[in-house]
Amino acid sequence: MSAGQPPNPWLSWAYVEHNWGDITTALSQHTTLTIQAVLIAIALAFPLAVLARARPRLAGLVLGLSGALYTVPSLALFAILAPFTGIGRTTVLIGLVAYALLVLVRNILVGLQGVDPDVRDAARGLGYGPTRMLLGVELPNALPTIVAGVRLATVSTVALVTVGVVVGYGGLGQLMFRGFQSSYRAEVMTASLLCLALALVFDLALVLLGRALMPWARRRAA
Amino acid sequence: MGETAGGVSAAGAVAAMTSVGGVGGLNAASTTAGVRSGIVGDAIAWLNDPLNWTGKHGILALTVEHLGMSGAAVLLGVAFALPLGLWLGHRRRGGQLTVLLSNVSRAMPMLALLTLFASSAIGFGNRAVVIAAAIFAVPPILTNTFTGMLEVDADVRDAARGMGMASWRLLWLVEVPLALPVIAAGVRTAAVQVVATVPLAALVAGGGLGVIINTGLATQRYGQVLAGGVLVAVLSMALEGLLAGAQRLLTPRFMTARPAVRRPLAARSAR
Repeated sequence: MSAGQPPNPWLSWAYVEHNWGDITTALSQHTTLTIQAVLIAIALAFPLAVLARARPRLAGLVLGLSGALYTVPSLALFAILAPFTGIGRTTVLIGLVAYALLVLVRNILVGLQGVDPDVRDAARGLGYGPTRMLLGVELPNALPTIVAGVRLATVSTVALVTVGVVVGYGGLGQLMFRGFQSSYRAEVMTASLLCLALALVFDLALVLLGRALMPWARRRAA
Repeated sequence: MGETAGGVSAAGAVAAMTSVGGVGGLNAASTTAGVRSGIVGDAIAWLNDPLNWTGKHGILALTVEHLGMSGAAVLLGVAFALPLGLWLGHRRRGGQLTVLLSNVSRAMPMLALLTLFASSAIGFGNRAVVIAAAIFAVPPILTNTFTGMLEVDADVRDAARGMGMASWRLLWLVEVPLALPVIAAGVRTAAVQVVATVPLAALVAGGGLGVIINTGLATQRYGQVLAGGVLVAVLSMALEGLLAGAQRLLTPRFMTARPAVRRPLAARSAR
């Protein structure tokens, strides 16, 4: 930077004040995309994992396929989807759901498989049917692993939303990219920090949710 | 990029698609199906055009550039993470540091790092990309090196010490050979991740295969976008398969790493 140029600070409150509208729009776009993607992914992952557990052969296929799909870079996935699903929200959402799904299916499956066989036996002895067994015994026992998976999926989704910039729907990534194009350092920095903060807030919220859902885990620790 | 008739018709087809989207109704579905096969056809046509493969911005040149950038980033990452991981593992401390690093790298979007570097004194283009990708290569290499060192049996270390080995010889002759499969697995994870990250370079005026996708999007040639996406995906999956095979061939039977350590799916960051 030569001396003749105007200052281009990394942090500037003036930027935040003047662009408050843009920032909140991007932030809410980012937040809603993340929440929606993770919720859809959970809704899809749970039956898939239950199905995969019932058939071990299918489990191998699901895990192998999800591992292979996971190597596909997000930019490539968006590029493959965009010609069919168009430029915009749908494409980003499908991509986000796909990646979150891969993480969640794995974690839910591992969690369900990790339930102590003795516990399952005891429940069966008490007369639990398959559905009650799943919802009343296996699900609570697998919950720590599932919550860990949801945390992981959520944090990666927050980061991944930014790549949506290639189809014009990247939440805070939109600001990062615009800031880069116009050499506006404050814009790039603010968007990056907000993105990190958003991931942190989501993660903390999920930790608290996990605690509320699993009071027994806290009691055991104490 | 070669100008192909297919590319132009793709632009037209997309224009049709967007206008149809507004109308909706019965014929929307049939038109979309037509657009779909048209785009796949355009992608195949684009890939079949020899002009798109050769030349300064051809697929081959871009692939070489892509792999060159990835190689540089992995080397940088190894140069930083390997000594650090070996030292921390040898000393048996710093576990929290590695966990913290991989957690932060998961939450940090690659795009944020790229645009931050590109707007800083580093400047835009391939240099910013290589540095950013190298930073994302550090956590898997560091974590695996550290884990591999920690997993070396304490009895073996004890025996080596009892034989009078000094700290350095213990490290080089006992710990590193035993930890090598896990370390190599970390480098492999990092390499695949870097190759998958480098396509984003095109967004900050860098090179590599992402350029095909970016140019296609900018000029609304969706056949080219699809072709670029497939090329990037194929490159990543081929590298993953190649490295997995190499690892299987090179690792002696008696010291194969446990799968959980070999492939930390969780430890990947967004790209």
